[in-house]
This record gives sequence, C-alpha cells and structure tokens, in this order.
Amino acid sequence: MTSPETETAMVTFTIDGIETTVPEGTLVIRAAEQIGIAIPRFCDHPLLEPVGACRQCMVEVATPGPDGSMRPMPKPQTSCTLVATDGMDVKTQHSSEVADKAQHGMIEFLLINHPLDCPTCDKGGECPLQNQAMSNGSATSRFRDQKRTFAKPLAISTQILLDRERCIMCQRCTRFQQEIAGDPFIDLQERGAGQQIGTFNADLLGFEQDAPGTGLREDLTTESALRRTSPGGEPGLPGASDQPVGAAAADISGRPFSSYFSGNTIQICPVGALTSSAYRFRSRPFDLVSSPAIGEHDACGAAIRIDHRAGKVLRRQSGEDAAVNEEWISDKDRFAFPWQRASDRITRPLVRNAETGELEPTTWQEALHVAATGLQQARAAGGVGVLPGGRLTVEDAYGYSKFARVVLGTNDVDFRSRPHSDEEEAFLAHAVAGSGMGVTFTDLEKAPVVLLLGLEPEDEAANIWLRLRKANRRHNLPVYSVGPFESRGLHKLNGQFIAAAPGTEPEVIDAIAAGKQTDNAEGETISQLRELLSQPGAVILAGERLVASPGALSSTYALAQATSAALAWVPRRAGDRGAVEAGLLPQLLPGGRTVADAQARVDAGAVWGVEDLPAEPGRDLNGILQAAADSELGGLLIGGVETADLPNPKAAREAIAATPFVLSLEVRASDVTELADVVLPVAPPSEKQGTYFNWEGRVRGFERALQSNAMSDHRVLNAIADEMDEYLGLPSADIALAELGEFDAWEGERIPAPSAPHGDVPKINAGEAVLATWQQLLDLGRGQDGEPYLAGTQRQPVARISPQTAAAASIIDGALIEIANEHGKITLPVVVTNMPDGVVWVPTRSHGSQVRETLCGDAGSVVQIAAGTAPEAAADQKEVVA
Amino acid sequence: MSENKQTGSESGGATLTPVLSKRWDQTESWTLDSYVADGGYEQFKAAIKMEPGELTEMVKSAGLRGRGGAGFPTGLKWSFLPPPDGGPRYLVVNADEAEPGTCKDIPLLMADPHLLIEGMAITSYAIGCTHAFIYLRGEVLHVHRRLMQAIADAREAGYLGKDIFGTGFDLEITLHSGAGAYICGEETALLDSLEGRRGQPRLKPPFPAVAGLYARPTVVNNVESIASVPSIVEGGSDWFAAMGTEKSTGYGIFSLSGHVERPGQYEAPLGITLRELLDMAGGIRSGHELKFWTPGGSSTPILTAEHLDVPLDFESMASAGSMLGTRAMQIFDETTCVVRAVSRWTDFYAHESCGKCTPCREGTYWMRLVLRRIEAGGGTEEDLDTLLDMCDNILGRAFCALGDGATSPVTSSIEYFRDEYRAHITEGGCPFDHSKSALFSYTPRTTSQVAGSDQLAGTVGA
Amino acid sequence: MAYDAQTLEKLEAEAAEIISRYPQPRSALLPMLHLVQSVDGYVSPDGIKFCARMLELDPPEVSAVATFYTQYKRKPNGRYTVGVCTNTLCAVMGGDAIFEELSHHLGIGNDETTEDGAITLERVECNAGCDYAPVVMVNWEFFDNQTPEKITETVDKLRAGEAVRPTRGANDLVEFKEASRILAGFTDGRASEGPAAGPASLRGLELAREKNWEAPAQPQAAAPQAAESAPEPGAKHSSAEAPRDTGDGERKA
Repeated sequence: MTSPETETAMVTFTIDGIETTVPEGTLVIRAAEQIGIAIPRFCDHPLLEPVGACRQCMVEVATPGPDGSMRPMPKPQTSCTLVATDGMDVKTQHSSEVADKAQHGMIEFLLINHPLDCPTCDKGGECPLQNQAMSNGSATSRFRDQKRTFAKPLAISTQILLDRERCIMCQRCTRFQQEIAGDPFIDLQERGAGQQIGTFNADLLGFEQDAPGTGLREDLTTESALRRTSPGGEPGLPGASDQPVGAAAADISGRPFSSYFSGNTIQICPVGALTSSAYRFRSRPFDLVSSPAIGEHDACGAAIRIDHRAGKVLRRQSGEDAAVNEEWISDKDRFAFPWQRASDRITRPLVRNAETGELEPTTWQEALHVAATGLQQARAAGGVGVLPGGRLTVEDAYGYSKFARVVLGTNDVDFRSRPHSDEEEAFLAHAVAGSGMGVTFTDLEKAPVVLLLGLEPEDEAANIWLRLRKANRRHNLPVYSVGPFESRGLHKLNGQFIAAAPGTEPEVIDAIAAGKQTDNAEGETISQLRELLSQPGAVILAGERLVASPGALSSTYALAQATSAALAWVPRRAGDRGAVEAGLLPQLLPGGRTVADAQARVDAGAVWGVEDLPAEPGRDLNGILQAAADSELGGLLIGGVETADLPNPKAAREAIAATPFVLSLEVRASDVTELADVVLPVAPPSEKQGTYFNWEGRVRGFERALQSNAMSDHRVLNAIADEMDEYLGLPSADIALAELGEFDAWEGERIPAPSAPHGDVPKINAGEAVLATWQQLLDLGRGQDGEPYLAGTQRQPVARISPQTAAAASIIDGALIEIANEHGKITLPVVVTNMPDGVVWVPTRSHGSQVRETLCGDAGSVVQIAAGTAPEAAADQKEVVA
Repeated sequence: MSENKQTGSESGGATLTPVLSKRWDQTESWTLDSYVADGGYEQFKAAIKMEPGELTEMVKSAGLRGRGGAGFPTGLKWSFLPPPDGGPRYLVVNADEAEPGTCKDIPLLMADPHLLIEGMAITSYAIGCTHAFIYLRGEVLHVHRRLMQAIADAREAGYLGKDIFGTGFDLEITLHSGAGAYICGEETALLDSLEGRRGQPRLKPPFPAVAGLYARPTVVNNVESIASVPSIVEGGSDWFAAMGTEKSTGYGIFSLSGHVERPGQYEAPLGITLRELLDMAGGIRSGHELKFWTPGGSSTPILTAEHLDVPLDFESMASAGSMLGTRAMQIFDETTCVVRAVSRWTDFYAHESCGKCTPCREGTYWMRLVLRRIEAGGGTEEDLDTLLDMCDNILGRAFCALGDGATSPVTSSIEYFRDEYRAHITEGGCPFDHSKSALFSYTPRTTSQVAGSDQLAGTVGA
Repeated sequence: MAYDAQTLEKLEAEAAEIISRYPQPRSALLPMLHLVQSVDGYVSPDGIKFCARMLELDPPEVSAVATFYTQYKRKPNGRYTVGVCTNTLCAVMGGDAIFEELSHHLGIGNDETTEDGAITLERVECNAGCDYAPVVMVNWEFFDNQTPEKITETVDKLRAGEAVRPTRGANDLVEFKEASRILAGFTDGRASEGPAAGPASLRGLELAREKNWEAPAQPQAAAPQAAESAPEPGAKHSSAEAPRDTGDGERKA
C-alpha cells in the first residue's frame, strides 16, 4: 500500500561549513551533491540501496549532544550510509584532514590490485576509478609485491564480459540484478581477497564436475520436480526454462545471466570490470559524440543516449529521466541499433522496371514522378489504401493521416499492422484518442493496486515492468494479471496470477467487475479484486493483445467504469499512441475527432485548408487488404510494415501482389518492398528529428543524432504531394508537430464506448488446444537484426501446456511438441506448466515459433497438438548463437 | 585503576571463583540428570515467576558485560528491544568461538550444555522470545552432539516446548551449524549466515535489537554471557556485582595458553592480573621468561612483562592500550619470534576477511605480503612505516571490527619490538630457531621435503 | 539430476526436515550444504542445484554461500580431514613442525588428499583448543597436545582402517560424510561418549577445590542447591582423574 502524501520533516545541518536543509532521511552524500560538494564514491548509487562497501566516501562527522555541545564521532563515517540529522556537522575531504587521509588510503587500497591496463580498457576516459586516481591518488605506488591476477575476460553471457581483475567489489551489478531486475544470476563468489563477481561456473569456482550432462532439463523432468511445481507452474526454479539460447546457456546452473536488463550493469560499473561484447575495444569515450534520443523498440519512450563517431553509432546508453525510465533501459533499447545501418538498408529510390520486373535504383526526381503518377492513377481507379504501420514518429504519422485525407481523399488508413478489430477502434476512439496524458509511470509507482490485462510487461513494455517491480519492492504494490500462465515476469513482481484461457478473458473481467465468487479457481482473488480496484489511484493496464479476444476491451472499459480505476492502453510499438492521436484509423481524424462527425471534419478542414474531407469511414487493415485482394483498390501506400506481423502474412502478400500500384516508404528492404512498384527510402530514427507519444501520452521529442540525407516519411510524402500538384505543407517536423497541435482537444461527440459481445469460447476436441501467445522482448523482430550478442541472450523458445493436457496428449515435459493447423506446424520443446487445460502457449515470433507466418493464426485459434519428433527447435537455436 | 573486591576463603590475594565451570568435573556433567541433580533449571523456574522486566533490570544492575569481547552491557542490550508488537522476537547465542587464543565457550558447552540452555530459557522469557537459536561454529563435532542431545532432553523434560511449566510460555531452540568463517562471530554477519547467506556484516543502523534476524527485534549474546544469567538470578545482582571491579563486575573464564606450565581455564573475578593467573598456572615454562602476550585474543594489542600487574578488566586494559577482549591470554616466551607470530596472525585475518569492504579486503592482503617478505628477510625500513600507515588507513575505516583487529598485532608489535623487525631486515632473515619454541624437540625439514609448503591457511587461490 | 530417485527422495525428505527448523526456508542453506557433503563427500554441482531448487534460489546464490565457508569442499574429500592448527599459537608450539612432518609423511600438501582417499590434509585456523596446543582436528574432533609422532601414528591407523579415539570426543572417529551429517543436524546418538572436559579445562577448577576457593555464597540461594552443588569429595575425582593423568603425561613428554 502506498503511504498517503504527508509533509516530510526537514533537517538542517552543515557540510564544510555550508548550512543546508534536506528532507528527513536524506543521506549526507545526496545532500552534499545538492549543494555542489562532490564526495568521491564507487559503491554508492542513488537508485540502489546503500551498502557502504567501498569506503571511499568517508567524511568526518560531529553531532550535537543533549547539552548542545558538538560531539565528534570517533571514526570517519561513510557519507553514502549516513543519514543527515539536525545540527550535524559534516567535514568532507575539502575541510577535514581525517576525511582526506581516509579517502587517499582507500584509493591506494583499491589500486594495489588493480591492473594497469587503462590504455586498453573500454572504461578508460569515463572511469570513476581512473578519475579518482588521477585527481586524488598518489603519483607513485607503495605497493611492491605481487598483484592479484585473474583470467580475463570472462563471458558471463554472450553480451556481458567480466574482467575480475578490474573489479573493485562495489556490488553495483549484483545489487542491480537483485534489487532492480530481480535476476540474481550473478552474485559474489569466494571471499576475502579472492572474492569475485560471478555466475555459478563450476569449473571456474573449482567444483569438481559430477556425471556430465546433468543439466536443468533433467531436473525439470524428474517426478519429484513435477510434484513440487511452483505456483508459477514452473517445476523447481521459477522460470527455469527462460534460459537463453546463446553461449550463456552452456552455464550448467541452468540459470545463466539472461536478464533482459543486464546491460545496465555495464553502464553503472564504476570500473571496466563489466564490458559489452558488442562495444569492446571499439572506441574511446572521448572520441564519441553523445546525442539524447528515445528508445524506438517499445511504447515506453525511454530516454537513451546515442554515442556515435564519424556518423556511426557505437553504443547506446540509458538516459536519465526520473519521470519515465529513471536510469534503466532494456537490453533491446541498449543493444538493438545495428538494424538502422543493416546491409539491406535502402539508400536510393527504387522503381520497378516494367520489362525486367526488377527494382532499379533511380533519381529522386524520377522516382517521385513515377510515385505521383502511380498514386494519381490509383486514386482514380478505386482509390489508395494507406498502411503506415506503428513505428512512426508523430510527425510522420500525421503526415500519412493528412496525406490520406487531403491528397488521396480517403479514410482507408490503418496503422495497426497486427491483429485488430472494430471493437478496438471504438475503444481507441472513445477512451484513448485525444485523452492526452493519462496514467503515468509515477501513478504506477504510487498505485494501491495494478491490474494487467493482456499485457506481459517484462516482454512488452520493459520500463513499465521495472517501475512495477520498484513499487512492489518499496511498498508491496499488489499486481494482478489475467493471462494464460504465471510468467517469470509476474513471479518477480510477486504478482497474483488469474488464469484465463484465450477467449475467456471477457468472462473473467466481467467476474472481476461483478466482484462475486466464480467457480474459477481464482474465485477468491477475483472476488476481492473489485474492492481493491475501487481504491483511489488504482490502475488497469490494458495490453494491445486484448484485441484478440472479442469483447475483452469492452469488458475492460466497463470494469474501469464500474470501479473508477484509471485505465491505460499499452501498445507494443513506439509509434502506436502517436498514430492514434494523428488519426491513422479509418474512423478517426487527428485529436480524437470522428470522421463521421461533420463538425470534426470542419475542424480538420480548417487546419488543413480544404473545403471537404471524405465523410465515409474507411476500411481497416484487413478491409484494405481484402479490397486489394478483390482488386477493388487502385493502389497501396505502405510505410514500415512487416507482413510477418500481420494477421495473415501469406494473404497479405498475395493482396499486395494483386494491387496495381504499390508505393513503399521503407528504411530497409522487406517483403513489402519486394512487391512494391516504387520504393522510397526513409530515415531511421537516429537520422531524423521527431517525436513519440509513449503509452502515457507523454511527448517524447528527439533531435536528429546522425547527419545524413535520409528524409523522414512526412518529408517524402510532402515531396510526393508537390509532385502531384497537391499541397501537404509538411516540409519539416517542427511544422508537422505544430500543425497537429492546432487540433485542440475534441469537445464534440465521440464514438460510443465499445460494447462488443463476447466471442464464443473456442471448443476443442481431443488432440486440440487453444493457442495463447505473445512476443518476447528478444525474438526475431527485425529491429534486433545485426546483434548476435544480444540474440544470444534470448530466452529459449518453449511451448507451455498444463500437466493434464500433456498427459492427455502423452507429451513429456522437456520433449518436443508439435502444434499444427491446416496452414503449418510449429515444433518446440515443451515445459509442462500450471495453466488452464486445453491451452498451449508459444512465443509469437521466435526461432521455431512464427505463429502468424506458420499458422496464420493468433491467440484464440484452435490447433492440434501432439508429441513432436523433428529436431527443428534445436537446429533453430544454433543459428541464434551466431 | 580498579581494585579487586572479591574476597575468597583465603584472606588477601587473588582467588578463583568457579561458577560457570564449577560442574565441569562432575560425572557425565553434560547430562540432564547430572544438571538437574545439581539444581539445574531451578533458576528458570524461579525466573518464570518473575516479571520479564525484573529480569532485565536484574542483569542490568548486576553490571554483566558481554563476554564475547566487546563488553557491551548485556542487560542494556536486552532493554533496547522495542515494545512487543505481536511479531516474533529472537535470541541468538553466538557460539562461533574463533578468536585466536579464545577457548572458553567450547569447553563450557562440552561439559555443561544445559547451563547455556537454562540461560537461554531465562533470557528468552525476559525478552519475549519463543524461538531461540544457537549459532555454533561447525568445526567442533562433539559439541554439536552434546548440544543436540541437551536440547532434545530439555524438550523431553518439558523445560522447552509448549506451555512450559504450565505457564503458557513456549520456547523452541534451534542449533545452527556454521561452516568455517571467523567473520560470523560478528553479530550481524552471524545473522546473515543464520539466514543462509554469506556471512558479511550488515549496515548498522538498524541494529539487531530493532531489525535483526528476519528483520525482527533480536538479541545476540555470547555463550558465556547467557550462561552467567542463571547464577545472577540465583545470587542476585548485588552478589554478582560484589565480584570484579566497579565497572567490570562479576567473574569470567580466563584462558591461559602457550608457554605456561599449566595452561587451561581459570574462572576468576574480572580485575585479576596476569601475574596472579601465572602464579596459579605454575608460571612461564621453566627456564624461560615472558616475552609478550595477548589479553583477549589476537585482535587485542599485545602486551609485555611490563603489563603483568595491570588488572584484567575492561577499563584497565583500555588504559594500557589494549582490550580485555575474550580474556584469551596467549603467552609467548623469549624463544618466540614476534615477526613470525604477527605474520601468521595476519595470514589469519587475510584468510578470514569477508571481502566486503576495501580496507579490510585489500589491506590485510597487502599487510600479509609485506610481513611475509620481512619475515623472509626481504623487508626494508620503509616497509615498517608503510605497515603502520596501512594500519592507520584500516583502523576505524573498515566496515566492521575485523579490520581493526587485524591492525592490533601489527601496530603493537612494531611499538614494542621494532628492533626485532629491524633484525629481520638487516640480517636478511629470521634470527630465531623456531624449534626452541615448540613443546617437543624436532629437526626442521627443508621446504623441499614438504609438499605444498608454500601454502598457508589463507592463501588466496588466485 | 544425477541423484538416483531413491537418494533424491531421501535428500528431499531430510532437506524438508531441516527447513522445518526455521521460520524462513533460506536459513536451511548452511545445514543443507553439510547434508549434501554427507551424501557426495563434497559440495557437488548437483548438490548446489538441489539446494537452489529446494529453496527457490538461483544456483549462483547458492555457490556464493558454498564458496564463502571453508568447511564446504569442492572436490571429493578424504574419509578423514586432518586439520593441523597453524594459527600463531599452535604453530609456535609445534603446529608448523607437525604439518611439515605430516605433509612429508603423507606426501601431500595443504588441501590435498592421499591417493587411497583416506586423508585430506589441511591447515586450519584457531579451533578454540589453545590450552591444548598444538591441536589437530580430525573430522572436527579434538586431538590435543599433539606431536609429530602421535599424529603420524594416528593417520597410519586411519589409513589402515583401525579405530582411533579423539582426546575429547566420541569413542572413535566417524568418517567425513557421517560428520557432515551431524553438522546438518542429524545426530548419531553418541553425545554421551567421551569425557566432560579435558585436563586443561579443569586446571582452574581443581586448583580452586584444592585451595577451597569459591565464589561468595549466594545470599538468597536455596540452601539445598548450594549443598548439592558442592561436590562430594569422591565424585569430583571420578571423571577427571583419567584424562588428567594422560594430560600430565603428555606435558612431560
């Protein structure tokens, strides 16, 4: 429970004679920072609990006794653990010889065993130890004996390298993994001068190996292990099967360093002990230019820092934004940037040669001409459907929205390059569009309870997960989640799991709203949840995936109404929320205005300087592709869309192929560009200025980090419009954003709240199961291309079924399972899990498990399951290690 | 300077006062029958009729100070517990006796385990604890047997368990085995170890009294302290305070070891002197003289013959520049090389440093290398100053007292025996014949004859 | 896991019993690692994984603990750990010589095991038997007032499979695995074997009795108790005599 906002008492004390007043409980080292007094430190980190291990930050302290006279403390104190009290007198190295001597002594101790390899150390130039040694250290060393040595470096995952000689035992990394990430896959090993950070590496620690091949897989399959199946349904260690597929998987512990957040340990390491495989020996910090930016891989809008040199990105670090990501980012946001410079990057406009049928590079002038002509003809011949995708900046999204209505005269526009529904559009139009800032990260932290619906935050919104965990650790925030099984992510949130087979979510949500007992196993939990959600500050997070269950979004909206809990929609892509605001939906204009509403159209027309706008609500993505397939459309304008993400990739490609004219705006070659008549290159995020609206609705603007002549989508659209003798008027991002700003909040009527009926709960026969699925943080997404080290820390793709389902289909835990329908077959290792019977969960787009591509299906589809034979899964895994 | 107030059956002169050790020579003294036959558990019966607060007051006014070395007033420690909040409160007995030279708790537990259990029962009742723990170092197998048996017998006989004596007071005692880590004698490291973690000290505050075992109010006391409780209940606080000195009241076990005629355990009032104890122990082994000694284990600065008459109480030892510690008198005669002794103690601290904080982890590593070099004749005069400065940078800078302890032998030995260090430096080696210090005659082997002779306990395997 | 079903079954049952001794499961980790040693003769990787699984920890968290404490062995230990105290006092009194002699006699160094798997030789730190220096611990039982001759005779007996009686401990030595089992909290019921105290432990008490030194009479002390606690002349010698003789004998040697 959150403690109610109360006036915090203040204390006044002095540091180096300077009086300062801080809230009660403030650490001296923090107070010193606030008045500009720098006390050297290594183990201290403002977001980690104090540990007082390095002893570098010692200060001299006196406190007033009962009689008011100052009483000096007999020993110097570590300011990183010392809480300021009224009247305290603190003397730092600046005013106390004792403190200065203590600090000099400490740096000398830290250096006696530190290797002299600064010239080849990645940290050199941005190393707190190096800086401290230079500024406070002694020029010569009194140490003339043998330094402690370790073999270096040690790969604790494909992505993280450990140099034990450089480690100063500050424990920032282990504390981060323990306190923040909840993945204690590394810990202190050995003791005394031999103490070191490490995983459980038997050889390294000198544990004599027993019978070979005693991996965790066997553990999982033992009778007893099954009996001891944890609430999470994972035998033995919760999440035991979430082991990465890369080299780290070789760690015999079965629990390798596979944390989604491991990269943060590199950034907070105060020495060069933890380095990144990808960045190692690549550059010197002082040669790098740092540009602030925003993470493009999810809807959290994490602040990042792009470090680049000579127009090339060498690494990305977490930015600091207390309101959003604090100082933490996922490994995906940190390491997945090479895609922007992949070899299949499109650098010149391409036009398909009528004779050869090949795409050929050409000039912008010609390409724009062909594109313009093609669109003009298509507009006349049935119209043009617009599929801009969900990864756009707001400026680009707005460009497509305006281009569709003003230039192409159509409402056939939909950003949802994924499963979607009318119910969802109604939900977005009614409850999301134009609603501005809603629930914030801070609200999550302060909430009395958070309910997750169709959302797996550790995989789908990493920074939300981190904030929920922080809240749970700080004040036991109760988190409830409705889903197919208790994930490791939920387990680490100490979350309450409410089981729901795909398709039954609406029932469960209605049951929660009704607040009454159900025959459901979680009846108890459910019956009290309504109460909890009725508390002020309660939050419901609705994941994009709810759309797969007809009626779920309607029930969710109703639940929020019934409990007055705050409701937020959490999409998966960085551009999704912005697309909604820009009106990239068939029934929606910018700012939540409804196409069907005359006044709304007048508003839009006024901003756009046009008389009339198409009044007919357009088709959604499925409708557009269907129309294309039926040759009703003259053309398609497609932005950053991966057909693999679409509800039915095969059908989509056929539809695109069947379309007379296809214009693709893309960064890299894709199966859409393969089918396009004209391909115009556009800039990746690091090469353009722009803005994302994150899931909160927070404006996350960023400048262009790398100079290049790549153009943003809206500028390309602007050029096409010119070529078509139409006026788009969006030559720059600033203008685009400003113009969108002219759409003030819509006061008029909105599309009514969704009230879709529950879909029929799928019926299954023997040998069948209902499919449950979501995308893991690290998978086959093209945004992770070109990063084998990162790929090595992907979680091993597995399928999950309940013990009874396994027994019924005589499938053995740890063996292979085949999941098939008329379209295709997926083969994966299976982990028997406590979950609803008759359900099979697989990752949506991982190695050996491409649900939409292979099964043309989604959560809720009925599939056949059987014991598998093919060794495909294993083969797949090898590729990834690369 | 304090004066010994104890008046024994003999007029004048120091005498011994066996209280804790008085049953050690009884037939099968460790058994419940033997203990009960000697009036065992009577004090628990008496105590449980009293108000818990009274007991704490009694121990307070008796002036009992922690017998684990630090000498913190035991009753005061109990009184620091916050008022009961309905949640559990714990008593943890520190039986991790490992301070070099200290050998009093182990014989006590071996011979009279029920004395500790009765003390724990009374203390638990006094502080409102229903589940108490004994953290016993793992390296004393037979004491584990005796304590397990004693706990089982006491439970069987109804001195432990539910509704003891029908008073509604419940008490369980769990014996917990350590696994070889000197640092676990530090109370917060002990608690982490008892929680199944690496024995590394915790930040204080919060102190164990407020947030100790499982973050609940906890009292951690040494074996001898808790074993003293029944006799205080029996004799009363005045009786106890009548022994010892004004600020260091009562009796304690003094452990004499090393080059003395009759090493062993001598229970006497605090404030007795080493000269008096040596008289009782038959003096330094014949033909030899006292060179240096530790008053309370290796972590207390060494003293010399000039300190023979300093009363062995907390205050006097402090003013003599050392500490009473655990009253572990390791006696060394003139055949002993002080550099060898200190170098070996430093090996110990380097081996036992938990590694958590910089000055202890790196400082003991460095001191060890320097001292070994000096002992082997490779030292320089600067090394001595560097050693002293290192000690200055460790003392009071380390996370816990282990670092401080590591500096005691070094600084005190250089203070009293700097010339002997110099001799090693100038003569390029150790001038002593180590075989003369041994209790048996032998011909030293050349290192080549000894497999792995370069290794010492404490070698960092890196 | 490499444990066969039967072993695993037993391990799990005994681990469960250990866990039941504590308010929180993780407290069981140290005794559980002793338990693993009682089965495998050292802390095996399987043992680490077993403990991790039972306590819902990550293996690195378990190895973090297993590598912190010196009693946990990482390779199969000999049937008998012979630990020579080489901390300062014992070393000076002869511990170093004893270690050197043993090392030479057995042909192994610190933390090494004889080929017949009988003896693992170790240097140990102070084991709280200083008044019996030099001390050697064999499977953590006291061998007091040692000499090179005595201890080499002892290890020879152990290698020959003969029974050996510690100075202060059970009537004969148990092997490393059994000793580990006791440390895990499973007694072998031999608490009543061996003496109450060795000669050195009794020196002060005997002197006091000799000189009639006592603590002042306890004012409110229940008279009967005081009487009982004053030992019968006969009684006090009964248990102390035997060990004292050997003790004195040793000192003269």
